[in-house]
Amino acid sequence: MTVPLFYYLVLSGIVFLTGVMGVLLRRNIIIILLSVELMLNATNINFVAFSQYFHDVAGQVFVFFALTVAAAEVAVGLAIIVALYRAKSTINVDEFQLLKW
Amino acid sequence: MTYELIPLLPLASFLILGLFGRWIKAQAHLVAVPAVVVSWLLSLLVFFDVANGHQTSFPLYTWLTSGSLDIHIGFAIDRLTAVMLLLVTAVSSLVHIYTIGYMHKDPGYARFFSYIALFTFSMLMLVMADNLLQLFIFWEAVGLCSYLLIGHWYDRPAACSAATKAFLVNRIGDFGFMLGLLLVWYSFGSLDYHEIFAKAHESAGDMINILGPFGGTWTVSVSTLICLLLFTGAIGKSAQVPLHVWLPDAMEGPTPISALIHAATMVTAGVFMVARLAPIYSLSPPAMTVVALTGGLTMVVGATIAMTQTDIKRIVAYSTVSQLGYMVMACGLGAYAAGMYHLLTHGAFKSLLFLGCGSVIIALHHEQDMRRMGGLKDKLPVTYWTFLVGSLALAGFPLTSGFFSKDELLVAAWSSGPLGQFLTLLGLVTALMTAFYSFRLVFVIFWGPSHVDPHHADHIHEPSHTMTTPLIGLAILSIATGYLGIPEFLGPMFETSTGTPAHGGAASIVIMVLATSMSLIGIAGAYYVYVLNPTLPDQFAKKWQTLYQGSLNKWYVDEAYDRTIVRPTFSAASELWKHVDVALIDGAVNGVARAIAWVGWVLRLTQSGQVQHYALGMALGVVVILTVFLMF
Repeated sequence: MTVPLFYYLVLSGIVFLTGVMGVLLRRNIIIILLSVELMLNATNINFVAFSQYFHDVAGQVFVFFALTVAAAEVAVGLAIIVALYRAKSTINVDEFQLLKW
Repeated sequence: MTYELIPLLPLASFLILGLFGRWIKAQAHLVAVPAVVVSWLLSLLVFFDVANGHQTSFPLYTWLTSGSLDIHIGFAIDRLTAVMLLLVTAVSSLVHIYTIGYMHKDPGYARFFSYIALFTFSMLMLVMADNLLQLFIFWEAVGLCSYLLIGHWYDRPAACSAATKAFLVNRIGDFGFMLGLLLVWYSFGSLDYHEIFAKAHESAGDMINILGPFGGTWTVSVSTLICLLLFTGAIGKSAQVPLHVWLPDAMEGPTPISALIHAATMVTAGVFMVARLAPIYSLSPPAMTVVALTGGLTMVVGATIAMTQTDIKRIVAYSTVSQLGYMVMACGLGAYAAGMYHLLTHGAFKSLLFLGCGSVIIALHHEQDMRRMGGLKDKLPVTYWTFLVGSLALAGFPLTSGFFSKDELLVAAWSSGPLGQFLTLLGLVTALMTAFYSFRLVFVIFWGPSHVDPHHADHIHEPSHTMTTPLIGLAILSIATGYLGIPEFLGPMFETSTGTPAHGGAASIVIMVLATSMSLIGIAGAYYVYVLNPTLPDQFAKKWQTLYQGSLNKWYVDEAYDRTIVRPTFSAASELWKHVDVALIDGAVNGVARAIAWVGWVLRLTQSGQVQHYALGMALGVVVILTVFLMF
């Protein structure tokens, strides 16, 4: 017995929303970065699920690309966070509002 | 090739001096003088060629062809051109040589030479033109040179405003000229002399409704309108009343320029144009009457003003205005050959007088007021004797060139009808005034006690040879041009357009005697007033206060223009500046900028600087787009 597609989609939706909420509500930049990763992974789940559903391997190949991009993004993101911390001695996102009027 | 070289040599000299003048500097005359002297010699060749009956007309270069419009540069060489070529190159050569001495310490030495070379080129192209457009182009070019040269000392405000005035006043006339040009093209379909002359004869009686475009009706004769419009240009260029005001002010320029441009050549362009277009002018008696009356009025106005001025260059300038009046009047009466004859003799003796003035001015360290001169006869002998020759010619003293040409002119005027006879009488009175003021100059500058500034009085000396040689050359020409048979040479040019004026007869002898006696009375009068009774001028001035003040203030023409045109224009411009430029245009531009700044200020309130707010915006945006996408 296989797990129906619908379950995967609900799981993916929950993970994605968790990510969105994390990005919008948390103040710690590292947590925000992690939440972005959650959102990426939610899409990955979708890709794999549809790949299985349509019997098309392209979706799974695409996931590898997404994982690579995510890894690169984390590297850049962490580097930026280190630079921000050196500048302000904090990683609370409320402290970074230089683009204000 | 001879023909092309005549104008091209001065052009080459202009280009060399214009481009490399800053390195050539004090050697500029080594380029300019040979160029113009060679073109003088070539002009002599052309003159003898033409005298042997060889006349030609050929296109040189086609500028553009569009439909029936064919614009080209071409040469028409005939008797009229030949004598003008001689006049222009001869006076220009002598003035070039004179300039070496007059301007030798000037920082703008090379620039000055390049401009007079450009002027010589333009004037030569003007007289050699075989179509009206070429005439007009170089007509404007000589005006430009005049502007540049009047403003040669551009650090003097007076020179700058005189240059601007000359340019603006000429523009008024040139506007009329341009309208005339368009009307010629519109009515005859060509601008070539021989074609428009032919067409003008065919369509002599044509009328045109000049109020047509505005729905009115006012028909006038085409040829009259063309003549009057073209003559407007001549009024400006040849300093006729009411546009004579620029010429005396042009004396702010260096003296060689006054001699070359503002006496001998450029100002005669108007007279030359009327003579050149004689076949058209002869078709329109009303236009001829206007020309003759304008000339007559100018002749009297110029002479009356010249009587009381004290700046020696201005006296000679007003005398030029007056003599130009003679020439224009003669052309207006159909005596083109006599007008051109006077133009040539005047070119010689008037440039002599100007150069003589320049020599006096240099000797007195740039003093131009005749009240601070006197007794220079022994200190400046060459200048004195040549100046005397020039004055005798100007006064029409027997056996000088001015005597022959003025006599020829007045006789021809007399034989042309009642209007001519009236103007001849005016001309005789003017001749009296001319003799008086020209000898007033001689007596006050060179005779009597010295009023020279004591600082300079003991080291007045004759200027260098480069300045005295042209004076002597021009003095010889001032006598000789009377004996060259110029009216007989030019006569055949104009025979077709008018009958040969009836010569001989009792009238001409009477006029000759009258003109001579006017000249002698004028000279004697000046001698009586300025040598025998030096207190008389002041008494006259008191006795005829109104007349004296009027003449001294140039009949208030400048003031009238100032009140009616200059000042209203300035105040209108100032009002427009304050209420239209500043209030309306600047207001609109600044208003737009301010509105955009305000909108930006409102919009920037939405920028919190919180990254998460922007993220929320993006998330909500995605939700909205998705909702819309899924629901519709």
